[in-house]
Amino acid sequence: MQFQFANQGLAWSDAYFLAQGLLNTVRLAAAATLVGTLAGIVLGWLRTVSVTVRIATAPIIDILRSVPMIIQLILANSLLSILGFGASPFWFGTVALGAWMSAVTAEVVRAGLLSVPVQYRKSARSLGMNGYQELLYISIPLAFRTALAPWIGLVLSLIKDSALAGVVGYIEYMRSTQILITRTHETWLLLMGAGLFYFLICYPVSRYSRHLERKVRV
Amino acid sequence: MIRISNVQKAFGSAIVLKGIDLTVEKGELVCLIGASGSGKSTLLQCINGLEPIQGGEILVDGISVHDPKTDINKLRQKLGIVFQQYNAFPHLTALENVALAPRVVAKRSRAEARALAQKNLEHVGLGDKGDSLPSQLSGGQQQRLAIARALAMQPSYMLFDEVTSALDPELVGEVLETMRLLKSEGMTMVVVTHDINFARESADRVAFLCQGEVCEIGTAEEVIDHPRKEQTQKFLRREQRKPLEIVRSSVA
Repeated sequence: MQFQFANQGLAWSDAYFLAQGLLNTVRLAAAATLVGTLAGIVLGWLRTVSVTVRIATAPIIDILRSVPMIIQLILANSLLSILGFGASPFWFGTVALGAWMSAVTAEVVRAGLLSVPVQYRKSARSLGMNGYQELLYISIPLAFRTALAPWIGLVLSLIKDSALAGVVGYIEYMRSTQILITRTHETWLLLMGAGLFYFLICYPVSRYSRHLERKVRV
Repeated sequence: MIRISNVQKAFGSAIVLKGIDLTVEKGELVCLIGASGSGKSTLLQCINGLEPIQGGEILVDGISVHDPKTDINKLRQKLGIVFQQYNAFPHLTALENVALAPRVVAKRSRAEARALAQKNLEHVGLGDKGDSLPSQLSGGQQQRLAIARALAMQPSYMLFDEVTSALDPELVGEVLETMRLLKSEGMTMVVVTHDINFARESADRVAFLCQGEVCEIGTAEEVIDHPRKEQTQKFLRREQRKPLEIVRSSVA
């Protein structure tokens, strides 16, 4: 008897499956960007003003920046499972990507704050502003202009790295593509499609950042 | 009144001020002159507490600048300072530059602060430049903007730290003009300068600083035209022989 596979080709219902994967990618990237950026801003500022924090956090930052994302994802998955945080691939992915994002954002924020020429800060203080007023009205706006472009670069990296979250069982876009490839063997078509959609997510981000940079340039 | 008594200041092992005594009376314009590295600029930045001191005391209207109990941010509102580099905040328009401190430090309303800023911009001849960014202004305009920004806090004293040294020669005049205007309005001013002519014309008193000490002090006529100390005579001879370009490039 001839062995018969079920329907192997692509079906329209697969489009729905892929769309869900795409949505999951956007959700994961957005959550990790938000968490990582907020944590990174605080961390970067602390690392600028406090030598103790700078020394204490240096190993964490170096590790998060240097260890490949796929290893971080697997470690985060194991660690959080052992610690009893249940089994939410979305949150495991968010923690791993967010931790990386906070480490690299912290360095961008620190570089931005250090790039503010000391004489502007001196001028602000000479007008009677206290340290926080100076930070709020002078240093942050100026650091923002310096940090914007590199930060956007990080967001784009993060969107692409989120494709690795499949290893912790999160069905994001890349994972859903792989599942379909396994079933249909339409490798070329599906991978081209996946590449195209990653481009479609990233390109507007990079365009918008260029627009923003022009707007705030001084 | 600003009373500086026995002020000592060191950067690490380099001693910059070796016990300075100087008093600035209300309404007076005192010029500090001296070679680069004589401690003029440092002294000025000590007066409003931007630089800490290692000994002595500076009293502004009887309040000790370096006493940790002093509310330095409040005291600084009395002491406007203008730097050699204009330091106009590059992300704010001219009007916002001037209005910022009145709004966030003096807690005036937005409208009040803007009106005050406009008034001060007009005062220094920049009434029509309110919407310009500093990058769109010339050096002289930026320096006048810095003066307006300091004036908007309605200080009792104005400190000028070589404010014309970074300017192109043809732009020096407009800034000096603004300073003369302030002088004519009775502002108390301490001016660090390399411009001997300005000191001669405008100063009530001139102090010549040499190696961290007040070497000679008196009226402009006494110190500049008839200096008694040998160091002063040497400095003035050198200064008057120097073409302007060399003076500018040697400014720290």
